[in-house]
Amino acid sequence: MDLVFTEQQNAFREEIRSWLAANVPAAPLQSFDTAEGFKQHREWEATLNKGRWGMVTWPEALGGRGCDLIEWLIFEEEYYRARAPLRVNQNGIFLLGPTLMEYGTEEQKARILPKMANGEEVWAQGWSEPNAGSDMAAIRSTAKLEGDKYVINGQKTWSTRAVWADWCFGMFRTDPASERHRGLTFILVPLNSPGITVRPIPQLDGLPGFAEIFFDNVEVAVENRLGDEGAGWNVAMATAGFERGLMLRSPARFQETARRLVELYTANRESADRDPAVKDAVIRAYLDAESYCLTTYQTACRLNKGGKIGAESSTNKIFWSELDQNMHATAMSILGARAELLPHAPAAQGVGNWLDGWLFSQSGPIYAGTNEVQRNIIAERMLGMPR
Amino acid sequence: MDFTFTEDQLLFQESVRDFLVNEVTPERIRASWETDGGRDPALWRQLAELGLTGITVPEAHGGLGMSALDFVLLAQECGYVALPEPLVHSALVAVPMLSAIGGELAAQWLPKIAAGEAKVVVGLAQNLVVEDAHIADLLILQQGETLVAATADQVVLEHNESIDPSRKLFTVAVRPVATTVATGAEAATLIADALNHGALGCAAQALGLAQRMIDLTVKYTSERQQFGKPIGSFQAVKHHMANVAVRLEYAKAPTHRAAYAIAAASQPRLSRPRRIARQAGGVRGREPRREELPPGARRDGLHLGGGPAYLHEKGLGAGEHLG
Repeated sequence: MDLVFTEQQNAFREEIRSWLAANVPAAPLQSFDTAEGFKQHREWEATLNKGRWGMVTWPEALGGRGCDLIEWLIFEEEYYRARAPLRVNQNGIFLLGPTLMEYGTEEQKARILPKMANGEEVWAQGWSEPNAGSDMAAIRSTAKLEGDKYVINGQKTWSTRAVWADWCFGMFRTDPASERHRGLTFILVPLNSPGITVRPIPQLDGLPGFAEIFFDNVEVAVENRLGDEGAGWNVAMATAGFERGLMLRSPARFQETARRLVELYTANRESADRDPAVKDAVIRAYLDAESYCLTTYQTACRLNKGGKIGAESSTNKIFWSELDQNMHATAMSILGARAELLPHAPAAQGVGNWLDGWLFSQSGPIYAGTNEVQRNIIAERMLGMPR
Repeated sequence: MDFTFTEDQLLFQESVRDFLVNEVTPERIRASWETDGGRDPALWRQLAELGLTGITVPEAHGGLGMSALDFVLLAQECGYVALPEPLVHSALVAVPMLSAIGGELAAQWLPKIAAGEAKVVVGLAQNLVVEDAHIADLLILQQGETLVAATADQVVLEHNESIDPSRKLFTVAVRPVATTVATGAEAATLIADALNHGALGCAAQALGLAQRMIDLTVKYTSERQQFGKPIGSFQAVKHHMANVAVRLEYAKAPTHRAAYAIAAASQPRLSRPRRIARQAGGVRGREPRREELPPGARRDGLHLGGGPAYLHEKGLGAGEHLG
């Protein structure tokens, strides 16, 4: 064990830190769930990509830097410390990207990844259906192979970023006689295809972060199939593993929230200390964010040495989503009567974007596989309890 | 940056685990409750033969010269079997303190401790009572801002009975003949270090103990049938267990980080804790608070074990003394 960063790792940290200092927009971008904000975030992805910071873990040939997981964590730490914009293409770069590396053909990687990295093609998720949420194996949308095309019919819902995205990835039933997780195929679909209707779903904050996608005889070239026909479930499980595991929610995000929570507490100390439980909650949040960071470094070092990530991706998902909820609930307590005010309200001094964050934190235990399903996975696959 | 244990450290953990699981059974622990001192001299000899009593004793004094980082995984295993013998106390708190005091006292006692021929315990102002004072050949005790060393014949002990029969607790009165070993700033440093070491020992044992609670409760809830099914197949039960598993998973790395920090601070070749903390950016060490550490494991273990878990013979109670 040696917890000192190497010269090379320190140099990498310096490089990204100074690049971010010079390039992060001074004024925060608008939400990427608005038309204008989406455009701004797409431009930011292009800027990042020009500096070869779009996805540092990718090979150099694909616009990355071939970084290992430790450098990835360093990148994330600096990224959140600089309060740089959220990643509008997170479905692509964090979820589909690693899946393509594992299951994609060379042609697919060369065609898809560079445009993903520079924000030219932003990706939406197409997992859930009205009757297939936690129970993803209940998917009913179909894809029928006709010549060199799949013809897709059905409906997807809760598709993150689908309102303005260019592509979506998802699973479709290619074998009409199949049941459950057999007979599903992972297909990439251009959202401008004829026969697609995208209907925005307004969230609690009023913005359309999700959409429903309707497919009416949508034709998709067979080269957009990822993995073998009928092997969609295994491909999707890899994607879900990245989602719950290291990529989607790196510790830096929560450490940054924890630092902001300490700032909020310090700025409001007199009123916050009227309830001693608030201070405890702030300390607890800070320590839990540190624990998440340490645990992630330990996992990353193990993976760098050839280890595999297993059921612990389910413990990750529960830990970060509940940590996020706790931190935002504590912020709401500190803000007291101001907590419900929108930032432009006259009495809303110092509320920051905690309300938005609090609303979003409520979705954490739902997306990326509900925490209830994760608890079943932990109990059955990690602890070996009976089904 | 390498946050993993070495092959050697993992192999050592495995062999100590095999030994402890075979030797320190709940039956053997319960049998020791019936004896006078409540401790098992034969077990201490076995621990000495494995080198464990001298694990942190410097090589010059006949020990293995290992660090808190080498020992932390073994402390977890001591917790896993709820070892009543004061091995973690000795290896992580008393021996490092005695080594830091140095001089004649260390030269006289460390070789005996390594050989398993003598035991040393520490009692600080924080300790209402001193554990295992009755089997100690040497006691290092805080008196105000001073540390004194007293041999067994220089103290008067009064037994304090605990709910946990494995805990042997004593109020200690020191006769005036005891030797002063440190005062002022020197004593304050020794005491602060001992508290950090002790917190690490508690945390590491709690990790093992929590794992044991999980293992026992998984076994019980997989066997116990109600409504025609194992109760462990019900989500209400599974989710309790998953919650404990999640908290336990995230308590490990901070404990290992704390062991690294303590090892780095006490070894010249690694003694750059401040620099490490600065360079590590977000990766700072902390001493896990003891009360957070088998996080809910004992409560849920007791609850899901049902009525039988409240009985001594079921095993969960055997870990009570660490909680």
